[in-house]
Formats: sequence, structure tokens, C-alpha cells
Amino acid sequence: MDWDKIGLKTGLEIHQQLDSKGKLFCPCNCELTDEEPEYNIVRRLRPTQSELGKIDRAAFEEAKRKLKFYYQAYSDHTCLVEADEEPPHPINSEALEIAVTIALLLNMKVVDEFHTMRKQVIDGSNTGGFQRTGLVATEGYVETPHGRVKIENLCLEEDAARRIEEREDGIVFRLDRLGIPLVEITTDPSIKDPIQLKDVAYQIGQILRSTKVKRGIGTIRQDLNISIKDGARVEVKGVQDLNKIPEIVKREVQRQLKLLEIRERLKKRKAKVEDKIYDVKEIFNDTKSKIIKSAESVLAIKLEGFAGLIGVELQPNRRLGTELADYAKKRGVTGIFHTDELPAYGISRKEVENLIQHMQASENDAIIIIADEKSKAEAALGEVISRARMALEGVPEETRKALEDGNTSYLRPLPTASRMYVETDIPPFKIGSNMIKRLKKELPELPSEKKERIKREYDLSEDLASQLVRKGLAEDFEKLAKLNVENTLIASLLAYTLQELKRESHNIENLKLKDIIGALRLLEDGKISKDALRDIIAYMADKKVEPLKAAKELDLLLLTREEVERIIQGIMEEKEELIKERQMAAMGPLMGEAMKKLRGKADGQLVNQILKEKIKKKLTSLE
Amino acid sequence: MGPKKHERELIKMAYRGLAKKVLEKESIKIGDRIRVERDDISYEGMLLDRPEDADDKHLVLKLDNGYNIGVEIEEATIELLEEGSRPKIKFPPVDVERNPQLPDISIISTGGTVASIIDYQTGAVHPAFTADDLLRANPELLDIANIRGKAIFNILSENMLPEYWVEAAHAIAKEIEDGAWGVVVAHGTDTMHYTAAALSFILKTPVPVILTGAQRSSDRPSSDAHLNLISSVVAAKSDIAEVMVCMHASIDDKSCHLHLGTKVRKMHTSRRDTFKSINTTPIAEIKDNKIRILRKDYKKRGLEELRVRDKIEPRVALIKTYPGINPEIIEYYIDKNYKGIVIEGTGLGHCPENLIPAIERANEMEIIVAMASQCINGRVNMNVYSTGRRLLRAGVIPVADMLPETAYVKLVWALGQSNDPETVKRLMLKNIAGEIEDRSSLRHFQG
Repeated sequence: MDWDKIGLKTGLEIHQQLDSKGKLFCPCNCELTDEEPEYNIVRRLRPTQSELGKIDRAAFEEAKRKLKFYYQAYSDHTCLVEADEEPPHPINSEALEIAVTIALLLNMKVVDEFHTMRKQVIDGSNTGGFQRTGLVATEGYVETPHGRVKIENLCLEEDAARRIEEREDGIVFRLDRLGIPLVEITTDPSIKDPIQLKDVAYQIGQILRSTKVKRGIGTIRQDLNISIKDGARVEVKGVQDLNKIPEIVKREVQRQLKLLEIRERLKKRKAKVEDKIYDVKEIFNDTKSKIIKSAESVLAIKLEGFAGLIGVELQPNRRLGTELADYAKKRGVTGIFHTDELPAYGISRKEVENLIQHMQASENDAIIIIADEKSKAEAALGEVISRARMALEGVPEETRKALEDGNTSYLRPLPTASRMYVETDIPPFKIGSNMIKRLKKELPELPSEKKERIKREYDLSEDLASQLVRKGLAEDFEKLAKLNVENTLIASLLAYTLQELKRESHNIENLKLKDIIGALRLLEDGKISKDALRDIIAYMADKKVEPLKAAKELDLLLLTREEVERIIQGIMEEKEELIKERQMAAMGPLMGEAMKKLRGKADGQLVNQILKEKIKKKLTSLE
Repeated sequence: MGPKKHERELIKMAYRGLAKKVLEKESIKIGDRIRVERDDISYEGMLLDRPEDADDKHLVLKLDNGYNIGVEIEEATIELLEEGSRPKIKFPPVDVERNPQLPDISIISTGGTVASIIDYQTGAVHPAFTADDLLRANPELLDIANIRGKAIFNILSENMLPEYWVEAAHAIAKEIEDGAWGVVVAHGTDTMHYTAAALSFILKTPVPVILTGAQRSSDRPSSDAHLNLISSVVAAKSDIAEVMVCMHASIDDKSCHLHLGTKVRKMHTSRRDTFKSINTTPIAEIKDNKIRILRKDYKKRGLEELRVRDKIEPRVALIKTYPGINPEIIEYYIDKNYKGIVIEGTGLGHCPENLIPAIERANEMEIIVAMASQCINGRVNMNVYSTGRRLLRAGVIPVADMLPETAYVKLVWALGQSNDPETVKRLMLKNIAGEIEDRSSLRHFQG
């Protein structure tokens, strides 16, 4: 695709959890828990009124659902602050320092005074109905192979509560994640190439990894901002895998282009969306469709001029009808039927004909049916009506969810900008030039710098150095490299061998750095061979034993030269005939015999050398 | 009576010192769009007010992205870009026709913000007082009653005064005279139980009088104000003609308890279910707009004739004793011509022996000295130890299972009812508004 011609503009929003000792506004533990919850708190949220009488669009959307929320809480793992039963404690200064450090690494300008804001979020993910957030820095940049990309903002905020399940009567959240500090990094939305977007995400990710941030699944989340010329800004939430970014962008562009095409066709047909909802229950009195038959009420609307377009594919396997259904589902129905796909699902041709007749639809019109409780079906059709109207306008501004396959689905309207006000419970925090100076002095080495340095200092290959840095093992490596063991061996042990062992289901997580040091010491002292290292470490991990004990129990301690000679002597006596017969050519098979007995217990070279000497001597004595 | 008494402001806002000087020099006001430029950075945004207790070297800007930041101004140049027009808080009036099927309930506001309005442009939170404001924030109220609203004060509840109790009682009585089927009083939670006790003694009411408030301010979506207010209106429609406090029964947004005004106390600094009935059971629970009676010994609607017994004596002190307390504290009140002292003693109703001479002197001066317990739960009994007996001999009145705060309020009221010390003592020991119960049930202490 010609991204320039399409007018593609993309940007990134990266959320990264920080690894501070406590949460942002209370001293609770920042680890998630799988313990059985001790409390289940029931709450309801209401949107508050703004001065201009304008209720925030996204907030209103959620309020319409009138959902109850259940919060799972603990006596020790969470406290009154997360439960919204106590005002926030003063801001965690360690978290703020980590955020400032990241801002400095991103070449940003740090604000003089940090003000905590309340950003209204009433989907239940925050017990207060708002997320606490504050602006730490502005105007930074990262260098990429495609050029410099501007970083607009870095905010420090609290993570939301963890969604556990959606029940008939409300959503269940767990309070363990609520309040974990995270930084939100926003790039300027001018990235014009999906590959560059991925590269920027990678670069920022690498910079984050050099600071005190959390590692692992769920600790970093990417949101993408995507728009094209004549299209609309769409925010795609929850992209986990960076490699999927280009595909997601491509498919979103495809969706917007298709929606624009549909708009043109609707215009030509003078399409119209009316508000009238028809009760069509009677038509389906004898239907074979189980869903329709069992429903309290069957309602329908007519979309004039939409025939054939509801079934147009926007993304692989997602049609305009899927978008309409996404909106309807927000009102709790399971789905919609539309005439572009009927007859099907037990609905007969006759029924469709009757329906068309009853609703006085023309062949250009599409009909949408929802079968459910009356109030739900009505509300859902209201959503379909408003989404269908948006189709006349083109692409709606939306927040969408990234799906596994690279598609996206509708989540909620884009939040309007007006939903922030100051958190009056927390005084402003002066950052000040002294703090900046101190943090500047303590800035961590960037990953790219670190890779170059260890490559040079320890004479490692490009691959090993970059593996160590990418996997966050460079620090461990530098500690181990103080031992008198080959650097390459240590590096590949950390970068590859441990992972292999893990794949082979050894309990690598039992190993501490000191255990690995212990094992390498055995090698350093000549007590074991290089070949034995892997087995010894695997055994230590599985049995939780000391290195020396592992080596003994595996019988992998190196033998003394005398012992090796005695064993070789024994083999030669057994195979005397062979030697007589094959002379020096017996070397190969004998070496094999010897290594069978001596693998891991003697250095191969030494065995080779002794064997050679002994065969020569034997042959001489035979002559 | 319009809003009056100390303007309510949660955090005092004002620029001072250097910042004030700079702003005056450039004729910049709050709400103006300005640019602050310094070294390598320049910020543009709307000037906002600043907490008065913060330093004078920063301006607060609301940037276009909605975030507030503080910008240091010592080395900066400041430029006015555009004068701000402060949007006025002006809603079209709520046009509601009175529903003759529903009762009229009055909501009186004293400054507890059961409803508030956020100005997202400046981030300021304005408390809302009028009936219209309440209805806009809680349209469901229209389904259960015709709402009349009135703001009598606009104060933080810690600034309450005994004189205001009397004023509030008159305002409530006026509403009842004007036909209110029940009255809801929105009140800050800090001293709600004092006001509840005071109204219990001052008012004889034929209709329910319900005090309510919020532990989470009403500007947040999670505020408890909504459930408390709706439940209060439900309570105000009931047949329980008592002065009561209606607040969350637990930390869930599920139900509220109705507590008798003389037996309730704020027991937690921040939790929603901070108000607890002490030494007794709440009168009722309100869940899903339905009332469930928990005890039957309440005054029924229409039995009492409306009366305001509004004489009070504010010269009453409430003193908590502690190891090391200096008797001069008591001497001070005697010298200042106080008429009554409530001692919040230890345990069963004791205080250090060294206070006894001062208490004896107070008694000689015909100052009423009452003893309640800082244990909060339980009943004083001054016969068990010799200190208690000596205090009784010194003229101290043991006020049974009364809360210390209720005892204080009652003494303020009782001293207004009579000048005769013996009459006042009798009043203190007689149950007037449910403040004294004779039985101590095993049910009433959860630890």
C-alpha cells in the first residue's frame, strides 16, 4: 500500500508498569495475587455533571449500562485506598523518580511541578470512578532507523483494577493491580509507516528496560492511534506483540477505506436511517430459529439503502454487520440478524419475505432484527441506529480492541478531552533542578550503549552481546565474567543454555545467580569439564543441591590423570586384539570406548593424548 | 435565608508573593490563556488558581491536553495571549410539575455537598445546593417525592456552632409547618452526630428528620452521596418521626442504616460506613428504596406536636481525661464562667484523683459536671471503684450509656431549659430522645 497517498498517520501510547516498592498512592505490594479474595465489595458508579452541562461521551456510554461492580479485596494485599475508602497517601517519590529518569532518557523536558489529576473512567476499572494521572514531561524524541520520532508526553499514573469476569449483574474486578505505578508514553501521531511504528515501539521498550520497570506478561501494553485521510482517529487498545503492529495497521487502514467506500455508495443511494422500531414477533410465530422462538420480543429496524452493504467485508471475516453487532452487544444482547445474510440460521425465505412486506422495505433496504428481552432489544437497536447513521458519515472515532488475528473490534467511543480535573487530595509535588541533576548523574546505560560496551570489553560476538542485553542478562553476565572462565561460555550459558534447559522442563527458576557462580567455580578450579556444566546445572535446578554435590551425584567430577590412565589401561587390556589388528587405526574405536566411560569426567583432549601415547607405547612393545 | 456563614472551600486558593506580583504586573487573571517561556521550554495554557499553602514561585497552567502543571516563574517571561471568559454556571431551570401522588420532601443544605458540579475547564468543584441542582444530579428523586430545596448555611461541618443548631431547627420547623412530609438535612459528616443529637433535643417533630452526607465527595463518580440521599428521602417518607442519621450501612453501595440521632457516632475517619449506632441497634435499614424496620420502639408519624425548644447554653466544655492531665484545665473553665462540663473519663467513668478538688470546686459553683466514657461503647458505673465513688460525692452526674458528644449537646440544651441545677441534673439523667437506654444488650458491641 502507498501509505503516503492514503495519508496514514499513526502514533503510539505505551503503558509500562514501574518496579517501585509500593503502589503510587498507598504502600501496598505491587504483585498480583491468585489467593481467594477475602472481601467482595459492591459498588455503583455515576457520571458526574460538568459545569457546562455536558456529560462526557464515554462516561455517559458506560453509565447507560447501569452496571454494578464487584471488587475483590484482601486484608493484607490491598488496603482502604484501593477500595476508595481512604484518601490517597502522598505520591510515591520512588515511582516519580523512575518516571523522571525515563523522561530524561527520552530527551524530554521535565515539568517543574507535578500535579495529580483525576481522569474520569467509569467502566468500573477504578473504584473512584477516575484514574489518577499527572504530566511528568513533554517534548522528547527517540532516534529510529527511519529518523527521529517525537515523544509528546510522559505521564505517571495508577494502573487500573484487574478485570476478573463479567457476570449477569455486573463486572468483577480484583484490586491487586489497582494503583501500581505506570508511565504512559505518547508519541507524536505523525508516524507514516507501520514498520517504523513497530521500530519505535521496540526502541522505547528497550529504553524502558534499562530502568526500574516490571518485566513479563501484562507489565507493558501498547495502544496504537491510527488515522487516514478522510477517515477518523481510532485508538487500538491492548497490542501485546510488537510484531503484530504492521498487520493491525494494515487491517485498520483497510477497514477505514472500506467504510469510506460504503459511505459513497450509501450517498449515491440516498440512504436513510429512521428511528422507528418495528415489533415483528408475529411474523416469526412458527419459526424454526431457536433464538427467535425463545425470545420475549423480536424487534426490527429498517436501514433504507443499506441492502448488500451490511455484508461487505471490512476486515477478513468482519463485515459492516459485525460492527453493528458490536454496538448492539454493548446493551447485553448476544447478536443481530440482518437481511444480507438471510435466509439462514433457521429463518426461512418465507419469513424474510413477510418481514420485508410487513416493514414495507424495498429491495434497496436492509433490515436488522434483534430477539431478546424487550428493553434490551430496544436499547440495542438504538445503538445499531446510531452506528448505522455513522456509516453515512464515514468512519466513526472509536476506541477499539486488538484481536488475536490482527483485526480490531469496537470497544467504546473515543473519550472526549474534557474529563480531567485536579485531584484535590494530593498537593503539587515540586520536582526541582536538584532532583533532575541527581537523576541525570545516575542515568542508566541505554541498551544500545550497553551492547556495544560488553561486546568490546568482553570480546563477545554481536549475537551474544545483543541477546544478553535484550534478555536483560547483561548485569548477571558482568558479575559472572569476573570468574576465570571463558566469556563466550558464560554468555552462551546465560543467553541460550538456561533457556534450553527451561524448554526441557528443568526447574530453572530454582537457580540463583550464586548457584551458577558455584557451578562455574568448579569449572574454574578444574574440577569439572565444560561438557559437564550443562548437566550439573540442570541437576542443581531440579534437585536444589549444591554444585559439588550435583557433580558428585552425577559422577561428573574430573578424574586425576592417574585415574584416567588407569581406566584407559583397562580398556586397552580388554581390546588388545583390536590394537594388534588395527594398529594406530584402533585409536578411533578406543577413543569412543574411553569417552563412553569418561565423558564429563575427563577432558577429551587429555583422554586423546593419553590414549595416543599408550597405543604408541603398546605398539612399540609389541614390535 | 440565602447561603451565608463562612464560604465553604475545601482547599483555600490564592496566589501570593512573587506570583501575585507578576500576575498583577501583566494584568493576568485566572482563566486567561498565557504563555510562560523559560530557557529551552515554553508552555501555553489557561492560568488556574493555586492552593494558598503552596509556594509563590509557580503558576498553575492547564495545558491543552487537560493536564495541570506548575511552572516556575523566577527566570521566566509571561505573556498574556487571550483573556479568558469565565463560563458562568447557568443551567436552564428544571421544569418539573408537582406530582400530587407523591409526598413533598424538603432538603435543607448546611454545606455538606451531597451534589456538586465540576467545571472541567478550570477543574474547580462547585457545591450544588438548590433543589434544581439536586434533581439534575439525582433525577431519580423525582420518582419518589416532590423535592423542595433550601440552603441555610454554606459551611464546613467542623465550623458548626451551637447557635447554628438552633437556626437549623427553626428552618426545619418552618418546612414542616409549610407542609413537608419529611425533612432531609444535608450536613458535613465530621460533626453530623452533634447536630443530630442537638436537633433530637431541640425539636419535637411529627415527621421524620433525616441527616445525611457523604464520605466521598459528590464530585466523584464513586460518591456515596447518591445512595445516602435517595435513601434519606425514602426515610423521610416513612412513619418514623425521629431525628435520624442516614448513611451507608457497609462499604457496599447496597443499603443505608437509619440511626437514632442521639445514639450515633462517626467511628472512622474515611470509610463510607463510618456512622454506627452505639449501645443500640439502628432503627431501620433502607435497601433498594425500601425500608426494613429493625426495632419497633420509635415515635410514629403524627404523634408529637411540632415544637422548637430552642433555648441553649453554649458555655459547656467537653474534656477528655488522660494520664497526666492538669487540673488547671478544669479551673480554666470555672474561671471563664462556664455552666457545664462533660468529662470523657476513662473506663467505667474515672479520672485522675488530682482532678477531684477542681471538680468539687465546680460543683460548689453550681457548674454541672457530667461523666461519660471515652470507651464510647458501654455504660459508666461509678460505684465499682473508689475513685468513681469520690467523683459521685463531688457531684458528678454519671450519664449512663450516653455518648460523650450526646452528653455534651444535651447539657448545652438542658442548661438552656432551666437555671436550676437540680432540674438540669434530673434532665440529664432522664431519657429525653432515646439517648439513654437501661438495658445493655449483648448484641451491641462488635469489637
